[in-house]
Amino acid sequence: MSYTVRKFDAVIVGAGGAGLRAAIQLSEAGMKTAVLTKVFPTRSHTVAAQGGVAASLGNSEEDHWHWHMYDTVKGSDWLGDQDAIEFMCRKANECVIELEHYGMPFDRLDNGRIYQRPFGGHMSNFGEKPVRRSCAAADRTGHAMLHAMYQRNVKANTQFFVEWMALDLIRDAEGDVLGVTAMDMETGEIVVFHSKATIFATGGAGRIYYSSTNAFINTGDGVGMAARAGIPLEDMEFWQFHPTGVAGAGVLITEGVRGEGGILRNSQGERFMERYAPNAKDLASRDVVSRAMVTEINEGRGCGPNKDFVLLDITHLPPETIMKRLPGIHEIAVQFAGVDALKEPIPVVPTCHYQMGGIPTNYSGQVVVPKGDNHSAPVGGFYAAGECACASVHGANRLGTNSLLDLLVFGKSAGETAVNDLKGGALAHKPLPNDAIDRSLARVDRLNNQKSGSNPHETRLEMQRTMQKHAGVFRFKDMLVEGVTKIQKVADDVAQLEIGDKSKVFNTARIEALELENLIEVAKATMVSANARTESRGAHVRDDALDTPETPNGRDDKNWLKHSLWSRDGNQMSYKPVQMKPLTVDTIELKKRAY
Amino acid sequence: MRSDADLVLSGAEEVVLPKTARLNKLRWHCRRALLELDLVFKRYWERVGDSIDAEEESALRALLAEEDHDLWALVSGKVAPDDVDVVRDNLLAELRRP
Repeated sequence: MSYTVRKFDAVIVGAGGAGLRAAIQLSEAGMKTAVLTKVFPTRSHTVAAQGGVAASLGNSEEDHWHWHMYDTVKGSDWLGDQDAIEFMCRKANECVIELEHYGMPFDRLDNGRIYQRPFGGHMSNFGEKPVRRSCAAADRTGHAMLHAMYQRNVKANTQFFVEWMALDLIRDAEGDVLGVTAMDMETGEIVVFHSKATIFATGGAGRIYYSSTNAFINTGDGVGMAARAGIPLEDMEFWQFHPTGVAGAGVLITEGVRGEGGILRNSQGERFMERYAPNAKDLASRDVVSRAMVTEINEGRGCGPNKDFVLLDITHLPPETIMKRLPGIHEIAVQFAGVDALKEPIPVVPTCHYQMGGIPTNYSGQVVVPKGDNHSAPVGGFYAAGECACASVHGANRLGTNSLLDLLVFGKSAGETAVNDLKGGALAHKPLPNDAIDRSLARVDRLNNQKSGSNPHETRLEMQRTMQKHAGVFRFKDMLVEGVTKIQKVADDVAQLEIGDKSKVFNTARIEALELENLIEVAKATMVSANARTESRGAHVRDDALDTPETPNGRDDKNWLKHSLWSRDGNQMSYKPVQMKPLTVDTIELKKRAY
Repeated sequence: MRSDADLVLSGAEEVVLPKTARLNKLRWHCRRALLELDLVFKRYWERVGDSIDAEEESALRALLAEEDHDLWALVSGKVAPDDVDVVRDNLLAELRRP
């Protein structure tokens, strides 16, 4: 059958921070570059990032990239690759200053330099004391960053395909990537984007969980596409959770609420944190608080008809303190919990926030897969950056403000590598395989013709509830084993999705069904990888991983200092070593992670 | 088959789309960068369905042109609009209704 083919030097999927940064690199080098995006670029989820971007500029006090590197390795619980972490921390200053030159309105010191503030986990002198390392633009850092980079792309003639959804990766018999298929939402037409270089920057997939801080667009499209195209997914068991998201909604209640005196209570009204952390109580670290909340719920002391949340109580605080010190919390409670927080406690649950794993890449942004003896062989023509990718700099746990840095450094790096590969002649428009578009057409045809299938809304909910219950912030062996079976059953339902609306123009039911086909790959990868990893490390915490002198906090370096690789074909796990050797400095040696 | 009744005029670029497609497009434009807004708009569409009239549709389209943080500030009542527009203000009140 005939179909439209559009040819570009480079096609980038996703127009958040990583995609826009990669596009600048390509377009400014004169490459014909297309960016495909489901929503207008400045509506990407990068907008939600408020904290800032980490860089050891040392504008307010002494700082060094090596200290930043140490903090990141430690934060990752030693699962991060030390070559990639050194690369990121050394490139941070350059990337932040470039961004400033693009017009990013950073907050400033009186002397005109970029203002920097402290942030959790960022320390000076190898963990000695907190350091001011985060560069921010008020509380709109992500938003300002996207605007600056979008304008730069417009100037560089990047071609945006807004409201286009990429459907599938195109690979040839040699495994090289030749572009993607994509649907124009306005017409429903499916087109082939034939490219020499293809860069995925599609963000995270936090919507696999019932309680998630992620916007609805975060459906792991790139990760799902990569998995379907035979790329294994790395470290997908590692998800960062925030302890207090509004139950049933996911909207974050800032830690400042507990800082101002907010108290967590169970169904008996008990201040249960006193039992788990007698000193810090409600101000214990995120993981301790989250684990205590889940234990309360699992032991039947949760609140509500399903006993599936706990309460965050600020009713004892003076109303004027709440309105003055915690602006916005009252409105969030009214809007999303239906309670007046001055009079009633707010229902909260640990909530998924960030995906540490993803499409495996090296620090040059090339997607890498095991091939023969090489556990990280680059895939021709394929690059990835940002939350969808796993470089791996966050390892088992991400430090705050390192996500915006990740997307800047690796967005640029992926773009730069692609430019070099294009200029060096390593990439060409290889002939498209005869079946380039067939898989995508078949997926859409099946959706159009499915009879007596499963309901997308109910199936999505079933996936989200299964993930929340069986692979949430605190994990239990039996629940994980059961979760593997349950999520496979949900995957069977996803393969039978049926949509009522068969129209072509802006058929949101179809788009959501296609998104669910991506989410389920991420969900399966997460559940199977989490079940397989029998230790606790960073954000992956299991009740059966015991704290012993050999396995501090349940971390088992002897058996588990390695990256997980989940393959869709057969739901198989394999592993590859963590890169412990940095680029130029000495290895940051293993030790117990404690703050 | 497209009927004339579907072709409600509401902004030049939208003229050619039948109403169902136009509303689907508007629903898609309610996919935002911030979860707070996604949740507000989900609730809104569950309430209004296809019953949204041309004036409200036009007001919604105008609101959706705002940046996400500004839009959330308006919807959450943190910031008041600088002018008076009854249709828009009613729409904001509706969006704000838990």
